[in-house]
Amino acid sequence: MSIIEVINLKKTFTSLEVLKGISFSLNEGEVLSIIGPSGSGKSTLLRCITNLERVESGTIIIGGDTLVETSREGKVLYADKETTSRIGQRLGLVFQNFNLFPHFSVLRNITEAPRHLFKYSKEEATELALSLLEKMGLADKAGAYPYQLSGGQQQRVSIARALALHPQVLCFDEPTSALDPELTGEILAVIKELANEQMTMVVVTTRWLSPATSLIG
Amino acid sequence: MGKLLLLMLEGTFTSLKIFFLTLLFSLPLGLIVAKGRMSKFRVVSSIVNGYIMIMRGTPLILQLIFVYFAPYYIFGASTDRFTAVIIAFVINYAAYFAEIYRGGIQSIPQGQIEASKVLGLSKFHTFTHIVMPQVVKTILPSMGNEVITLVKDTALAQTIGVAELFRVAQNAAARQFSTTPIFIAGLFYFIMNGVVSKSFDLIEKRLDYYK
Repeated sequence: MSIIEVINLKKTFTSLEVLKGISFSLNEGEVLSIIGPSGSGKSTLLRCITNLERVESGTIIIGGDTLVETSREGKVLYADKETTSRIGQRLGLVFQNFNLFPHFSVLRNITEAPRHLFKYSKEEATELALSLLEKMGLADKAGAYPYQLSGGQQQRVSIARALALHPQVLCFDEPTSALDPELTGEILAVIKELANEQMTMVVVTTRWLSPATSLIG
Repeated sequence: MGKLLLLMLEGTFTSLKIFFLTLLFSLPLGLIVAKGRMSKFRVVSSIVNGYIMIMRGTPLILQLIFVYFAPYYIFGASTDRFTAVIIAFVINYAAYFAEIYRGGIQSIPQGQIEASKVLGLSKFHTFTHIVMPQVVKTILPSMGNEVITLVKDTALAQTIGVAELFRVAQNAAARQFSTTPIFIAGLFYFIMNGVVSKSFDLIEKRLDYYK
């Protein structure tokens, strides 16, 4: 069964047509790599799926719930708030620029959402966060602040932050583009490990074609 | 001399009352004004912008006179002097604070707001837990400036007859044919502002744990 179903998705930015009718479906356990030059609309596609950007027309179905659909008359209909947030919980997003919260410790960056959304107790959330940090090889960084970490470490924290909400699909928006070339390896290793664990993922990349293709292989 | 100091301490007490009451009301009001200024509804943002322009574009001393006398001409009754002072100071300072808040809020990278949204955190939670704590740190230096100005601006309350520190000093100076009380008042203001800047230094240090 497909987790993400995108049908005829269109998006235009002030007269520039970025997405010209994209359709695809993603099944559980699959990794979808979208590779292409910058400006080709890869990130826009991801931002439409994660509801950070409104579509112009088309249909997006995630985990059986319709996020947006377009009627025959061309009317774009978004799901109500409740459905939207339920859909949102199924998706995790890792940004190009990490977007960690600089005033929170690494631990709190990860625990904030589970505590707020799942009403986890402090202990439960901390336990979850520490296990994720362990997995990311950052067990000793729980008390650090984002500015004290390298780019690669920050990105791994942001992956842990996304995983803390147990998403069904994890989306990566150019996860290595803001990193020094020698740091991209550690992120790709994490993505690869997640792929081995049957994590369903969408990975958008521009430059490092070889690592991206090696993911599929 | 002892009697003079006692009088001046009384005046200082009035000045401090104006100072703290102004902060108490204008700090939250400024946040509401800033939100209004950033509203996506044109009508709201234009009205708020007009208010800010008037508050920043006319002298506080004029606003004091207006707030005190306008109700008299319109309704035939006036508020008491001290209340008028507080109202005038609050609406004036809220306008300045609003612009400082706005600068701080707009300096938070959009990516963080998006990250918060994708994590499912509510708009309110994002504002109170992600945006505002960082805004406080960013705006602290400009806030320090404004609060120091407020300490000195309290002297304007005498325009509508509130006997704050400077008025008391001037009265004493006239009685004694001496400028000494004025200089003592100056020392008082200097000490008060010393406390203000020390406090801001302390807060800045406390927020220094992240960059």
